[in-house]
Amino acid sequence: MSQAKRKAVALVSGGLDSMLAVRVIQEQGIHVEGINFYTGFCVEGHTHAIRKKDQGKDKRNNALWVAEQLGIKLHIIDIVEEYKDVLLNPKHGYGANMNPCLDCKIFMVHKALEWADKNGFDFIITGEVVGQRPMSQRKDTMPVVARESGAQDRLLRPLCAKNLPATLPEREGWVDREKLYDFSGRSRKPQMALAAQFGFSDYATPAGGCCFLTDEAYSRKLVDLWQARGKREYEMDDIMLLKVGRHIRPAPHYKLIVGREEGENNFLEGYRKIYIHLRPISHTGPLVLLDGEASEEDIVLAARITARYSKGHTAEQVTVQVTDLNGVSRELVVAPLSPDELKPEWHL
Amino acid sequence: MARYQLDARRLLCPMPVIRAQNRVAELQPGDVLEVTCTDPGALNDIPAWCRINGHRVLATRRDGNEVIIDIEVGDGT
Ligand code: SF4
Repeated sequence: MSQAKRKAVALVSGGLDSMLAVRVIQEQGIHVEGINFYTGFCVEGHTHAIRKKDQGKDKRNNALWVAEQLGIKLHIIDIVEEYKDVLLNPKHGYGANMNPCLDCKIFMVHKALEWADKNGFDFIITGEVVGQRPMSQRKDTMPVVARESGAQDRLLRPLCAKNLPATLPEREGWVDREKLYDFSGRSRKPQMALAAQFGFSDYATPAGGCCFLTDEAYSRKLVDLWQARGKREYEMDDIMLLKVGRHIRPAPHYKLIVGREEGENNFLEGYRKIYIHLRPISHTGPLVLLDGEASEEDIVLAARITARYSKGHTAEQVTVQVTDLNGVSRELVVAPLSPDELKPEWHL
Repeated sequence: MARYQLDARRLLCPMPVIRAQNRVAELQPGDVLEVTCTDPGALNDIPAWCRINGHRVLATRRDGNEVIIDIEVGDGT
């Protein structure tokens, strides 16, 4: 091993795999720092903050938590703007839902490489495992990530390195290939065994992927948004709102976002000034945002749907306050929509 | 040793942490950055970020819906 302590930057998602990868490399005397990318679609953070019922549960940011357990620094990078191009024009296409995993990984490793070069780091590590994920972590796609990100043989995957050609850190003897792993496939058992060996517990186990784009319902709402607007684009507010509330589209030109509980209603409050919004006043009930253009007839239907989700859903009449974009409010007295009038296909 | 302010209101985690991180990078050790947030999650995330990156939280307080966190910039170790 060379005199100067070698440095690696690790892609830290907050999940177990990257946590293990870091510890494996730390054990070889390498200085490791973490990098975490915020695309706007990350599962971390806000949904917990938004939904009241989740608030006590898991408010920690897992990437920060992992870094603290490992005793490494963590740099969180906002890639919201740059990520749009990755999501809208993925060269390698999408996975099962709107997740452009392969392009996403290439992009993140590329950004990590830029960071490494700027900060004097020697190589990059990830928690990837051959065969773990159907798109980005296949034997044939892992070299694609190394190549197209520009990282080439400076990209080391400690958990499955033995299944892949030796990388620069291995060839140079900065790390001992023999002490790396040969995990492959979808089984999580080897990771769990290694976690136990390192004494890790209480780690996060996100189902599916690290972001909302792997979620079918979320992807459907995103595609619906593009269809309704007639163009594929999004702003931060759009992607945040897709995470919140019930989304109901009674007609192509508008949809309703109905808060499901107090936390969501409070969150939606923040958008009152930019959306027409409705709320029952004769009964307790949700705050509802109207996204799109609505005729008077549409507003009445929206009010009836709002009433349907209020405590007055069985009442004959519910008074709903409607506020337009100028902040002017009026009251409508409506009959709540009956369950069979609310068409299942309106639910996004 | 100067005192600075950062408005991270209406941002949801992890954005307040990212903003604080980027501002701290421009400051000198010993400087104090006062971050004002509305996402209470920042009360967990910003101190965690400080602990792992060698900065110190001097005080946290709540003012209505706002959370205010004073960070003393460390020397990066
Ligand atoms: S799950 Fe999301 S963040 Fe993770 S690689 Fe796929 S697109 Fe990227």
